[in-house]
Amino acid sequence: MTTTDSSTPARVPTGRRRIGDVIFANTASGAGALILLILAGVAAFLIIQSMDSLRANTVNFFTTTDWNASTREDPAFGVAALAFGTVLAATIALLLATPVAIGIALFIVYYAPRRVAALLGYIVDLLAAIPSVVYGLWGVVFLVGQLRPFYDALENYLGWIPLFAGPVSATGRTMLSAGLVLAVMILPIITAMSRDVFHQVPQANREAALALGATRWEMIRMAVLPFGRPGVIGGAMLGLGRALGETMAVAMILSPSLVISPFLLQSGNQTIAAHIALQYPEATGYGVSALIAAGLVLFAITLAVNMGARFIVARRKEFS
Amino acid sequence: MKLSKYGQVAGIALAGALALSACGSDQAVDPEDSAAAGDVDCVEGGGTLAGAGASSQENAMAAWKAAWEGACEGSTLEYDSVGSGSGRSQFIDGAVAFAGSDAALDEEETEQATERCSGSEVVNLPGYVAPIAVAFNLEGVDSLNLKPEVIAEIFDQKITKWNDEKIAEDNPDVDLPDSEIVPVNRSDESGTTENFVAYLSEAAGDAWPHEVSGDWPIEPKEAAQGSSGVVNALEGGEGTIGYVDASHVGDLGTAAVGVGDDFTEYSPEAAAKIVDASPAREGNTENDHAIELDYTTEEEGVYPIVLISYEVACMEYAEQADADLVKSFLSYVNSEAGQQAAADEAGSAPLSQETRDALQETIDSISAGA
Repeated sequence: MTTTDSSTPARVPTGRRRIGDVIFANTASGAGALILLILAGVAAFLIIQSMDSLRANTVNFFTTTDWNASTREDPAFGVAALAFGTVLAATIALLLATPVAIGIALFIVYYAPRRVAALLGYIVDLLAAIPSVVYGLWGVVFLVGQLRPFYDALENYLGWIPLFAGPVSATGRTMLSAGLVLAVMILPIITAMSRDVFHQVPQANREAALALGATRWEMIRMAVLPFGRPGVIGGAMLGLGRALGETMAVAMILSPSLVISPFLLQSGNQTIAAHIALQYPEATGYGVSALIAAGLVLFAITLAVNMGARFIVARRKEFS
Repeated sequence: MKLSKYGQVAGIALAGALALSACGSDQAVDPEDSAAAGDVDCVEGGGTLAGAGASSQENAMAAWKAAWEGACEGSTLEYDSVGSGSGRSQFIDGAVAFAGSDAALDEEETEQATERCSGSEVVNLPGYVAPIAVAFNLEGVDSLNLKPEVIAEIFDQKITKWNDEKIAEDNPDVDLPDSEIVPVNRSDESGTTENFVAYLSEAAGDAWPHEVSGDWPIEPKEAAQGSSGVVNALEGGEGTIGYVDASHVGDLGTAAVGVGDDFTEYSPEAAAKIVDASPAREGNTENDHAIELDYTTEEEGVYPIVLISYEVACMEYAEQADADLVKSFLSYVNSEAGQQAAADEAGSAPLSQETRDALQETIDSISAGA
């Protein structure tokens, strides 16, 4: 999980070690070990608690879409539809947010006057601080109503693409709406990461491009984007991690159903996190254990994404 | 509707503030001062009563808490609306003195709970009866007559157009549009869904072939989280229809539900009647008041789609203080004033005198073990 730092910490000079050094070194390594322990503890909890229902499950957990777990006899539940919905929502969010985030970052670093850039950077950071439940409220009370005409137009002109096939949901509470709100939520993360790497593009590279007669756009295309690519990807992966686990906003906005449906303008699909939030309060029988099993899948997906992001970010360091 | 919502919140806040200030003052509060409280049998010295369970009772609980705490100095109610299932298991574990639950304890739970009640009887006492309204958003239409079979087929997505003959038949005076019906159900597992589906499966017979549980049984057309979420979805789309706790209906049109040959609009009074019209659950122990709702009743003026939420308690507690506090609080909940407070605050249906008398007898005999 942790990035390896290439610069090794300076060794303490040999000789008599003071008691303060010993205590400090031990507490620091204790804190480091604690985070691993917590992670292992969470994983162990998820695995142990989910075993109960997974053993009793009468159908294949990974290929079934139905969820009938709140019973003591013959539970039948699967995570297929949920896992699909989770990845779909996060993918929509990522596809919508990344280009905009790159645009904002480039504007802040290379186009905006210094004062505007500082203000804009501040505002973007502020976006990240808004709690997701507030995004959810905004989405469900305001945004979905405004999206209806847009969805109708989308169906009219692009309905021949299966993704945008009708009939459009009467309430606008679709996967696309949820993905849009998620996109707004992960925008600041990707923007902040991109802005930082764009700042780090060596002056020499940029000046060389300009000296060769490149316009500003060509300079960005030739010098900035290739250099920044791994950083942008890393930022996108971190955003993806957040989008995967987002619960409240999705639970509030999406009209869920446990199907695997590629039709973005119709209601349907559901994410793991939102499903857990909606089902837990009244879960009985194997219900809770089954939800924990779903949580385990989400844990695995998120872990994989985060490790991917760390890997890419770490690799970028080797180039610079 | 928005304004009245804020009014409610303000009301609760005000009542809460009053209750708090009452606690803070040194003067003994005369129960007669508080109109909402009526006659409350307080426990001398007070104490803290812990309960947990159904979120359906949350608003009513807030009203009861404010009035009870206001009337009884030193007494505090802590009700955690974690959901019926969690409430029942917390009660069984002995973490709380009583549970609020949208379903009566089943046999297995009763057995476990008997242990917790030091071997004494476990009782389900109806405390909160709320009508579930079938609400719709159809321009220019305020009320529709819908038979149980028609409601079932609409929610089963068998009837898909508003001007379907089956709907038009019972509504000769209504100009029904040729538009699509969009049924909206709850996306979270809930007592409202469970009661609504139970009603459909009993009253509509073959028209509703699905299993009864707190989860919506078929692939939904539209779904939303919580009562507010459903109302929001109903208001957000034209031609939508859904089921919600009646207190949330607002400006939406509502269905008059077919009972026998008549149609009954929902009202608290009509909803309370089903409790009187329904028999006790089979296998109830002496003091248990769990009800087998008779959804197929043909009695005139009864509104059959209701949610009953119980207060689950022991007949005998290990601690004297627990017994006294439970007795005091439940007596208030069961009183005319208590039921009226819930009706004002949460739009519930006040229990009839007859029912309350029977319940009070049980509550009075709650005691502490030897």
